[in-house]
Amino acid sequence: MSILHEALVAPFLEFGFMQRALLGALMLSIGAGPVGVFLMLRRMSLTGDAMAHAILPGAAAGFLLYGLELVPMTIGGLVAGAVVALGAGAVSRLTVQKEDASMAAFYLIALSVGVVMVSMRGSSIDLMHVLFGTVLALNGDALTLIGLVAAITLTTMLVFRRALIAECLDPLFLRSVSRLGSPVHFIFLGLVVLNLVAGFQALGTLLSVGLMVLPAAAARFWANRVETMCLIAMAIGVLASVSGLLLSYHFSLPSGPAIILSAGLAYAVSVLVGARGLLTTLRPHTSHRIA
Amino acid sequence: MPDACLTFTDLTLGYGGHPAVHHLSGTVRKGSLTAVVGANGSGKSTLMKGIVGMLAPMTGRCVVQPGMRVAYLPQQSELDRSFPARVADLVSLGLWPRRGLLGRHRAGDREAVARALSAVGLEGFERRPIDTLSGGQIQRALFARVLVQDADLILLDEPFNAIDTRTVGDLVELIKRWHGEERTVLVVVHDLDLVRENFPQALLLARRPVAWGDARETLAPENLLRARRFHEAWDEDAPWCEQDHGHGDSRAWEQGRVP
Repeated sequence: MSILHEALVAPFLEFGFMQRALLGALMLSIGAGPVGVFLMLRRMSLTGDAMAHAILPGAAAGFLLYGLELVPMTIGGLVAGAVVALGAGAVSRLTVQKEDASMAAFYLIALSVGVVMVSMRGSSIDLMHVLFGTVLALNGDALTLIGLVAAITLTTMLVFRRALIAECLDPLFLRSVSRLGSPVHFIFLGLVVLNLVAGFQALGTLLSVGLMVLPAAAARFWANRVETMCLIAMAIGVLASVSGLLLSYHFSLPSGPAIILSAGLAYAVSVLVGARGLLTTLRPHTSHRIA
Repeated sequence: MPDACLTFTDLTLGYGGHPAVHHLSGTVRKGSLTAVVGANGSGKSTLMKGIVGMLAPMTGRCVVQPGMRVAYLPQQSELDRSFPARVADLVSLGLWPRRGLLGRHRAGDREAVARALSAVGLEGFERRPIDTLSGGQIQRALFARVLVQDADLILLDEPFNAIDTRTVGDLVELIKRWHGEERTVLVVVHDLDLVRENFPQALLLARRPVAWGDARETLAPENLLRARRFHEAWDEDAPWCEQDHGHGDSRAWEQGRVP
């Protein structure tokens, strides 16, 4: 018993930074999970990745002007993310170009601008911080931000649930009965940016999308309904956060990547043994019913 | 005209400066059942989009009588069949006009969905995932959604494409039932025999309206021949159409006048 306690519980009881890291990661998982599910259902998982890169120049601008400070980097990230999301969205809705191409163009420009800006000032340690985050150094302000984002995300998704589902399931139908089609798309992109900016503090620009995409992708193998999928994605995110932080504590691994790796493990397991996973689909089905 | 459900006034709809529906004028009587026929590229789907308001007119107007609830079943549905939804979820989308974004779905709504499913022959399919349905079953489910929408004006764009005869028969019966309930129905159809047998009215389009009125008269050989003479290709260098040119075909078609 005491070994288990020592391995699983004690680290969180003994150290304040572990408690804050855990709280931050849990809140991130709960907000980002459902957003990830809809990203996946809209075939936009890679868009999430692109958006995460798009945040970089904004955060870098905040960093250039004020150093490693939460508020300017957050606001910068939000602005940059919004510009890229709205710009790419507008190009795809108003011209012949599809969103994958416009999004790629916008995020590549943003990413290169961001890297140039970070390299103009700052050491490689700063660059590592921006790229990979520091979940173990989350302070009260960062936790407040993450908590706020999670609350906004859950409320918005509950309110717009029906429109979000209709916009994925049959967008043309939604357009024929309501004017919400385009607004709901942009509201959703806004939630993506918000969650990425929140995750950026803990996991950095490169991995903040991880808690969004991996649990959702894993949940697809277990459930057949959107609501269930969202709950499973949250649960996987929570488990990955706990196990990632413990791994990082016991084996001195970098904490952000350890969390995402744990989520990756959950994904791999789901692909293999999930209710709709490989083992089920590859098993030869010779027995069958008469109708 | 007091009993007009839909009025076109010199309506031109199109894309990139080229008309797909050219100077259409006329009225669709409330409670009428009209087949919209014509070759590919003759403007049938474009007309539907114009009526729903998804495409703004280049000139002229298309007025749906105020207060009409419109249901539209597009030809190329953007339905994502891999989406994790059950048949009941898909059909329940039809409750949107009544319940909107936040209105709670009541017990009566669930009954309406169940009744619609049994009316299209999908009784007991509520909990089936939509990715397990065949093409015909999907089309039946989409008709059930139209039923749930309880619309006064129903627009169906080629609903019988790639559908077997039995399903077509069932769906035609449903359309006739709507007609009996005094709903106004416009259906884009390619099968002319189906039109002659089941539709009282027809509108023959060849970008311009060629004929509009009693279905059998509209589909008379001379009209079909005239329709065929309009070529469907875009002419990039076609001269600009000027409003004050007399248009031979731009007389207003008064569908309600046919005895």
